[in-house]
Amino acid sequence: MKLSPAPRVAVNIFLVVFLGLVPVYAALTGNIFAMTLFARVMILALAALSLNLIMGYGGMVSFGHAAYLGIGGYAVGILSKEGIDSGFIQWPVAIGASALYALVVGALSLRTRGVYFIMITLAFAQMVYYVAIGLDRYGGDDGLTIYHNSQFGGLIDIGNKTVFYYLCFALLLAGIYAVWRIVNSRFGLVIQGARSNERRMRAIGFPTFRYKLAGFVIAGAMCGLAGALLANHTSYISPAMMEWTRSGDLIVMAVLGGMRAAFGPLIGAMTFLLLEDVLSRATDYPNLFIGPLLLIVAIYVNGGIDGLLGRGHRG
Amino acid sequence: MADALLQVEDLTKRFGGVVASDRVSIALDRGELHAIIGPNGAGKTTLIAQLTGEIAPDAGSVRFDGHDITALPVYRRSAIGLARSFQITSLFLDFTALDNVALAVQAHAGHSFRFWRNARGDAALREPARATLKDAGLGARADVLAADLSHGERRQLEIAMALATKPRMLLLDEPMAGMGPEESARLIEILRKLKGGLTILLIEHDMDAVFALADRISVLVYGRIIASRDPAAIRADPIVRQAYLGESGGAHG
Repeated sequence: MKLSPAPRVAVNIFLVVFLGLVPVYAALTGNIFAMTLFARVMILALAALSLNLIMGYGGMVSFGHAAYLGIGGYAVGILSKEGIDSGFIQWPVAIGASALYALVVGALSLRTRGVYFIMITLAFAQMVYYVAIGLDRYGGDDGLTIYHNSQFGGLIDIGNKTVFYYLCFALLLAGIYAVWRIVNSRFGLVIQGARSNERRMRAIGFPTFRYKLAGFVIAGAMCGLAGALLANHTSYISPAMMEWTRSGDLIVMAVLGGMRAAFGPLIGAMTFLLLEDVLSRATDYPNLFIGPLLLIVAIYVNGGIDGLLGRGHRG
Repeated sequence: MADALLQVEDLTKRFGGVVASDRVSIALDRGELHAIIGPNGAGKTTLIAQLTGEIAPDAGSVRFDGHDITALPVYRRSAIGLARSFQITSLFLDFTALDNVALAVQAHAGHSFRFWRNARGDAALREPARATLKDAGLGARADVLAADLSHGERRQLEIAMALATKPRMLLLDEPMAGMGPEESARLIEILRKLKGGLTILLIEHDMDAVFALADRISVLVYGRIIASRDPAAIRADPIVRQAYLGESGGAHG
């Protein structure tokens, strides 16, 4: 019954080596764009990874996940505008604010399920979106340019594109490892059990709500970090970071790559963003092609692209 | 009376104009296997849902080991030693049989805010789970996905999960439902071994099982307990025969 894990392992190793070598390629060819593109892929993969923790493993379909990107990004942008450039302050604020927001949204939304849960998470994200539009001091609708990257007191200089790239790379790998540890821990089995059969979980004695809420907060914090990275990547923040379509994109990445697969979100983010990049140069309507692709994957491939690499592996 | 583990008094639940539980009172002594029988629609499922805490009664009380648990949330009832199996099998289908039972063990092994260590490699969870699976007759099926188990095996897994929570009392909601005669016979044997050590409330349609196992039988009709006696007396009771046994279980009566 168990298939060899070899194809999956090979693909995952290839991805890591490939991403690790992109700056080398950029240095050799002078193609800086590749590094910019793949840094973005890794940042959004980190966001999709955090979504996969609650959606893939925990069964909580959050349709407002882009709000954390926005909160993380705005934490960096606002502090920078106010003259606080230290990343040692900015990033913990980005993570903390996202976690706090997740705590509030989770506490209210996790009492509902199904389509109500989806609508409530979306409604909260829209609220944050409109709050950002209302922040005239920070650019309102137009957004805000960040003139100084987060400073880490000479420890690392993320103004250097290669350094920033490898920081994203390291954080993504650490994130994948952390999620893999979490989902196989006692805590992870509880949120997976709640996805599988929440009524039964309560009957055997688990207060599922608090575990799901904790998972929601962890995912929010992780995505807030991705937001801080994104703000530094583009040196710019705007409400568009957290448009509801961006939340949809993150769901697509997680599903496309394969939910409940350690590398699924990375595979999904990479596929989605590369397709978007290629198609938007070839046509004015990239979604016309991405939509059907997603349909095919959703209908025919159980477990996303990762699912094509064989069965027989578990979270 | 002083030794009653579960004491239900005047439990009442209405759904609109229907009285699903009509001043139900039962007391289960420690170690007793008490069966509740009754025709479809008699309110058996509503009654058990009030005992597990999934439905709040309109009136009346449930006491467990002397404590009033009428308003206790579902997960807390499990913590004090009241376990249940579901009428319709309720498992973690995408987990292995062993994972299912290990989760039940984990539920009673302290909090689960442990984020790092691999729970599937944790002997403190896996070993008791393996032992419980064996008790429930599933020792050889530990690594099979619950979705791939036969119907009878799933029912056994249901009971294994309830047992893994180390309960003092088991609420079994039609454990034999949909089982063939051989599977039923095997389950009767498993329950017979558990009997005495555990207090069991058994809701069951299978009259062979009920009369083979029960120390006492209560008959529920239209939300009311019309008789609560030992099996021989129930079998002989004309009112019971008329209300229930005569109507669907005559061949066994």
